Amino acid sequence: MSKKYWETLPQGSVVLEAGSSAKFKTGGWRSMRPKWIEENCIQCMFCWMYCPDMSVKVTAEGKRAEFDYDYCKGCGICALECPGKKGKKAIVMEEEGK
Amino acid sequence: MTTKPLRLKELAKGEDRFAHGHRMCAGCGAPIVVKQVLMATDYPIIAANATGCLEVSSCIQEYTAWKIPWIHSAFENSAATISGVEAMYRSLVKQGKIDDKQVKFLAFGGDGGTYDIGFQSLSGAMERGHDMMYVCYDNGAYMNTGIQRSSATPFGANTTTCPAGDVIPGKPQQRKDLTRIMAAHGIPYIAQASPGNWMDLMKKVQKAFEIRGPKFMNIIAPCNRGWRSRTDDAITLAKLAVETCYWPLYEIENGVTRVTVKPKEKKPLVDFLKPQGRFKHMFAPENEGMLKQAQDYVDAQWDRLLKESAAGEAEKAE
Amino acid sequence: MGTIVAVTGNEACAQALKQINPDVCAAYPITPATDLMQRFSSFVNDGKVDTELVLVESEHSAMSACIGAAAAGGRVATATSSQGLALMWEMLYIAAGTRLPIVMPLVNRALSAPLNIHGDHSDGMGARDTGWIQLYSENAQEAYDNTVQAFRIAEHLDIRLPAMVCMDGFIVSHSIERVEYIDDGDVKKFVGKFKAVHPLLDLDNPKSYGPLILTDMYHEYKRAQHEVMTKVPGVVLDVAADFEKMTGRKYGLFETYRLDDAEMAIVVMSSAAGTTKDIIDQYRDRGVKIGLLKPRMFRPFPFQEIADALNHVKAIAVLDRADSFGGYGPLFSEITGAVMSMKSKPAVINKIFGLGGRDYLPVQAEQVIDELIQVAETGKVEAIKEYIGVRE
Repeated sequence: MSKKYWETLPQGSVVLEAGSSAKFKTGGWRSMRPKWIEENCIQCMFCWMYCPDMSVKVTAEGKRAEFDYDYCKGCGICALECPGKKGKKAIVMEEEGK
Repeated sequence: MTTKPLRLKELAKGEDRFAHGHRMCAGCGAPIVVKQVLMATDYPIIAANATGCLEVSSCIQEYTAWKIPWIHSAFENSAATISGVEAMYRSLVKQGKIDDKQVKFLAFGGDGGTYDIGFQSLSGAMERGHDMMYVCYDNGAYMNTGIQRSSATPFGANTTTCPAGDVIPGKPQQRKDLTRIMAAHGIPYIAQASPGNWMDLMKKVQKAFEIRGPKFMNIIAPCNRGWRSRTDDAITLAKLAVETCYWPLYEIENGVTRVTVKPKEKKPLVDFLKPQGRFKHMFAPENEGMLKQAQDYVDAQWDRLLKESAAGEAEKAE
Repeated sequence: MGTIVAVTGNEACAQALKQINPDVCAAYPITPATDLMQRFSSFVNDGKVDTELVLVESEHSAMSACIGAAAAGGRVATATSSQGLALMWEMLYIAAGTRLPIVMPLVNRALSAPLNIHGDHSDGMGARDTGWIQLYSENAQEAYDNTVQAFRIAEHLDIRLPAMVCMDGFIVSHSIERVEYIDDGDVKKFVGKFKAVHPLLDLDNPKSYGPLILTDMYHEYKRAQHEVMTKVPGVVLDVAADFEKMTGRKYGLFETYRLDDAEMAIVVMSSAAGTTKDIIDQYRDRGVKIGLLKPRMFRPFPFQEIADALNHVKAIAVLDRADSFGGYGPLFSEITGAVMSMKSKPAVINKIFGLGGRDYLPVQAEQVIDELIQVAETGKVEAIKEYIGVRE
């Protein structure tokens, strides 16, 4: 006999899968989107350290790679804090959807 | 356990213990605080969390951003809750029912759940000497319920329960100095930190985790909604808070105070206040006195801190 | 084998906790429960138990720490009364909703205001909606036996709900009675090893306790919680059967006394039931067909079983040692709920007695039986609810 929906719920509402928030893509919240300009990037990793949404992908060598647009909320902290190279930012904010 | 090297490239290779997909606002300071605290060491950590922005946004329905064991029970009791977890751990290890894996116990709470409603259980847990650390992410108001004043709200700030009105211009009281109150508990380690100074923050977490007993860290967590600031300036404001000495970075280890970051140039408080809409009314000519009062308070606290830190250094030198 | 001793209810429950040796206790003192935890504290400090005793700064923190400890994955107990229970009110719901098997002797005491430290059921009754299993004890022996059984019931893997074992403040907690202790080894074997479910201390499989649940799922979680409660009576009876094998003492969902051929019945819980049984004997000697039903498991309330037991009587007097202002006494409300399912309904009256530790005297039992005789004869009820033993 198949279980009713409420019978399948975890006991005491305990969430059994660690990090399951990754199934919820917050990228859809964005109205601005960060663009990574690799030639201006000094790989300081500040953007990665300051991102509230863990949306800066990192390679196995510990270097920053592309943004994780599935989760990035477009807050712009990365762009503001980016030191850039010789006065040119490595991250600029653009309007989403353009 | 050897202390983890705090080099960004090394840290970046590690796995996140707090996942993306959480529901905190774009640009929220709280998840930055949490990720830095959890990243500072590789010790296994179990955390309790008071009801609030961090809690509801990080664990909702069947989604959880936590990759460590985590418990939320109520608003005013994250310290009491984690003290129960810690007691069970000690009991089971003592009885040989589980192995001692050097687990660290953390309690997270916003300023609401720490300074006000959670104060009693925090004080009790600290007094009992549990081996735990309480981390307050201080955004200066009850943000989750819509920006109401807490005892951590700065003097003069506009909140929904102490609005900048025609007769009363914002919060009349100065904010409560919880960090000093926790120091008065005589616990082995207390510190103030800011996510804008990530290395100072992480060094403090590392130091704290090497100490057995109750520890307390108060970490400023800018909230662009409640502070009426830009979505992108959480880190900039966190740094300005330190540079204006509004949020001094210091630690008190076994009763000895030490300022850990001295701003190269102490900036005027208005540099921190101007970008925040919650202080807008203080810039009206009739409220000039308020700006002075706020600056005087920050200066007095900073002077006192510098003196204590100097005395601490002198004591160490002897 | 068992050892006969002369102890108070508090001592007996402290002994039960000593024999069970919970992993963590978090407690705060409050009259008349204080002495239970005080005795337990000396067991801790003399190394007679392995329990980690957390001397919290309030009852709210006591239940919070118990919740943390239970979620961590071990056996947890605490004890309190009255204002203490009231202070931990929100946490009681949280413990039950999170399905944590915490056991708590509750030494029943009146709720303020006015401030009163003596025995009545207002504290336990105030918590009857929380989702905790509630067992009421007539005397020190029952308090001890119920505490031992409560761990088995609460920890049963089909159940996993917190349980409170109630006993009358001062009357049972502080009066010395003859009690038979079970041997240490037997208690240990009876209660067994604690089985953790989703423990926080399982570092390899991190769990998150206490999510925010919205309007689309909360209702279903409560439906699931309701379902668990329906399984409790079966487990209570199974555990009682095992307990009888071990001790020879028989427990059920309730106790009946001379009820089988009764025409009238008194329904009353805890120590007052003892006094009432004596008076019933006197009336029985005179040929009056009066009996008694003493509920033991108040939550979940065994409606059908009690309805079946009271089916044949013409008049029932429900004695409540608590009131619900603006309503009827809590026990009365449950009994009339049971009566609803009967084909022919008896007359039911409600007497509020013994509040704030006011003695329940034989003369009150006589008054009630005399009135019941009238009600059974005439079918007429003067007033449904009345306070008895009041100084007019």
